Amino acid sequence: MAVKKERRNFLGLALGGFTTLGGIAALGAAKRTWDPLPSVMAAGFSVIDLSVTKPNVLYVAKWRGKPIFILKKTPDMEKNPREVIVGDSRYLICIGICTHLGCIPSYFPKQHKFICACHGGQYDSNGEVTKLPPPLPLYIPPFKIDGQKVIIGESSPEFQKLKAAGLTA
Amino acid sequence: MAHFTKATSIHDWLNQRLAVDSVKKVLATEYWIPKNINFLWAMGMILAVTFGLLLISGIFLMMYYKPDTAFAFDSVNYTIMSQVGYGWLWRHIHAVAASVIFLIIYIHMFTGIYYGSYKKGREMIWISGMLLFVTFSGEAFSGYMLPWGQMSYWAGTVITDIFSLGSLNLDGLVQWIRGGYVPGDAFLNRFYMLHVLLLPLAVIALIVFHFATLRLPHVNNQDGEDINFKEESDKYLSGNTKSSKVIRFQFDFLSKDIVIVGFFMIFFFYLVFYHFEFAMDPVNFDPANGLKTPTHIYPEWYFLWTYEILRPFPKNPGLLAFGFAQVIFIFLPFLDRSPNVAPANRRGIFKIWFWVLIVTMVILTVLGKLPPEGIYTTYGTVVASFFILLWLSLPIVTKLEKPIGSKK
Amino acid sequence: MKELKILAVLVFFTLLTYWGIEPFAYSKMHKSVAYTDFVYSDLPALAKVGDAKRGEVLVKGAGACLGCHGIKSQGLLPPMGPNAAAASFGVNPPDLSDVGTLFDQRFLAELIKNPVKALMLEHKFDGKTKFFPMPAFAGAGGDKNQEVADMVAYLKSIAPKDVSAKDAFTVSCGRCHANRYGDWTQIGFVPKTKSNIITNKDVDLLKFKIKTAEYQADLAKYMGKLPPDLSIMIRARSEDFMKTFVENPGSQLKGTAMPRVGLTKEGYKKVKSYLEETGDPSKSAREALGPWVIGFFVIFTILALLWKRSIWKELH
Repeated sequence: MAVKKERRNFLGLALGGFTTLGGIAALGAAKRTWDPLPSVMAAGFSVIDLSVTKPNVLYVAKWRGKPIFILKKTPDMEKNPREVIVGDSRYLICIGICTHLGCIPSYFPKQHKFICACHGGQYDSNGEVTKLPPPLPLYIPPFKIDGQKVIIGESSPEFQKLKAAGLTA
Repeated sequence: MAHFTKATSIHDWLNQRLAVDSVKKVLATEYWIPKNINFLWAMGMILAVTFGLLLISGIFLMMYYKPDTAFAFDSVNYTIMSQVGYGWLWRHIHAVAASVIFLIIYIHMFTGIYYGSYKKGREMIWISGMLLFVTFSGEAFSGYMLPWGQMSYWAGTVITDIFSLGSLNLDGLVQWIRGGYVPGDAFLNRFYMLHVLLLPLAVIALIVFHFATLRLPHVNNQDGEDINFKEESDKYLSGNTKSSKVIRFQFDFLSKDIVIVGFFMIFFFYLVFYHFEFAMDPVNFDPANGLKTPTHIYPEWYFLWTYEILRPFPKNPGLLAFGFAQVIFIFLPFLDRSPNVAPANRRGIFKIWFWVLIVTMVILTVLGKLPPEGIYTTYGTVVASFFILLWLSLPIVTKLEKPIGSKK
Repeated sequence: MKELKILAVLVFFTLLTYWGIEPFAYSKMHKSVAYTDFVYSDLPALAKVGDAKRGEVLVKGAGACLGCHGIKSQGLLPPMGPNAAAASFGVNPPDLSDVGTLFDQRFLAELIKNPVKALMLEHKFDGKTKFFPMPAFAGAGGDKNQEVADMVAYLKSIAPKDVSAKDAFTVSCGRCHANRYGDWTQIGFVPKTKSNIITNKDVDLLKFKIKTAEYQADLAKYMGKLPPDLSIMIRARSEDFMKTFVENPGSQLKGTAMPRVGLTKEGYKKVKSYLEETGDPSKSAREALGPWVIGFFVIFTILALLWKRSIWKELH
């Protein structure tokens, strides 16, 4: 009898374990179904023409549903390692999303700063935080300079350098 | 096999097959409730009725709602609000009920805290109730996404961003939850599924569970008295209804509940017809626009206090504080170290703790809606920190409390 | 007694929270701005009494209004359709049939003399590098103030005493703002066209949509962005915001490209009633049904109370 009971317990455990395996596999399938679609992920690249930009006027382009801020700096704005140099112009190129909780800051040209309406964070014209709560400067997206054009979404040595220097996450 | 006889009536026919008489006895006529209660004990029934209103109005809204980012906004604001017969009524009922149900939930919760209805065997009542609260919060949040207005979109962005867990930067997780880089079609559809199927199923299951947790410890009473339900119900059944300390659920308790439900319905429909703005935020009548953040972003009023615990701190501490606020209520039965089951006004220092908690939460709620500027950020940091300290002090406060003999 | 005390505590905390998150929070979020009830006291009052007859000559001739504007009620069509006008000016100039009733006379006079000031667009058109498409009236040789007064008098004389809510909206707002719930686009109402029975495609409607999109592109270029659709703006903005914004857009949105509208108080009420029609059409049904439902629950509660008393007689 004892042997039988043990055997029954073993079979019960085996069945339970096997079912759990199947359940895990099914959960894997469920997880995959929640994944973003390939067409969404491969949202591609944005090409922006910098030759039309004017100093101290914020341009907003769209890349993977996110706003990209392009700000051509005026000569009196101080130099900063985060800026991107194209020809003899200096630019701030960044993702226009507050690093705190994902709102879009507005640019105030007179004060040369970005203010996030959500939680009151502020950034200067280099995208660096001047008032909390944002924990990090505005992100710089992967970019590649091609003459007077910038391709957002494609990496380049310039971008890698910024990243290696810890100037963007 | 049971023995079946020819039925003498429909009732008898059903009774032989489903034991309806016994079921009725167990669930209603001989389900005993203390007599020593006040109208706060009717909040559960009001919640059930409001949930019913949400379910019914929701069914009608589903018939014309389109979960598609291109059509969702107009299907709600044009089709349902101006074309569907009484569509506006269902929407107003749904929106107002979703807001008011949280008012009642909070009253229900704080009634439980005030009368100590979470200890000495009633821990599971409290825990199942808090699980209901969390699930219902998810239900409210997912529903708020559906009209696809500016607040839907931006609340969706801000709340899903929380899952990047601060410096852990789990962007992949956030994208997985959203089904894209930013809230879009996949996001709207999955929240629609959650709102109309998965979460309501969970809510209904939890309601059944919440009822089940009441069965053994019984409902608490105004004095926290430990009633001998067997003795008192025998007294009632033998005809001493006036001296018995208990009443039947059906219809003794129910008749009282229904009167209070009546008063509530007058208040509720006054809000539905004449005072609905608080539940239908103006900003959400602007269509969703991912490139334009509204000037002020705030959640619906019932989430404001937790929002204010997240907001004033830097990112990582803010998330920790937020996480703390989300889960701390559930541990109440174990943080309260006092053996007393009594209304807070007889529990000395705990009485102060209770009213300070209420005031703190009201202040946090109000601060949560104010723009995060200047002095309000400072107030927010101070009050949010105070909220955390208040809860951390609870074991000490209750340990210091003197035991009082349960009133007989 | 005890129950009333508990109720009082509940009501107190509920109202306190409500006050904090609604009236108080909104008073902190939305600044209150100066509001003059559509008087336009920054503009000078008309110094002269106008003569409609002389005004007619000016409007139709030397005033050169008809070079850009039409007056449909007088059988005078505009020289250009909306698309061509938007391509030249950025926006379609309004028809002048109803303006005498809808707009304040101080505003009209200033608009003729100095449009940029009347429209409060000094921050956009400095008159040196950027010019407003409507030139200031230079005078027809006589007393300029008299001439302006005459033209205003003429516009007032031809305007109907009562302008419909729909016309008030289309003239005042509709050249920049669409209202899709009212089937209005910036170039007119969506025409009732039919689709081809075989292909099931409505070619005329598609053509109309192209024209609308082209107009919107010119408009967006002129304004900086496409002005928002106003279908349910009445529910998206508070009453206070609406009236102060229409009276003086810059007061609520500093630096906005939206010009001052110049509506009279009556004209604003007309526009508002159109916005209510498209944005909150069930308002009257709602207000009519309210008392019935509330009345039902009053009776319900009375019956419930009587029923409860009969049951609890045995229990107390």
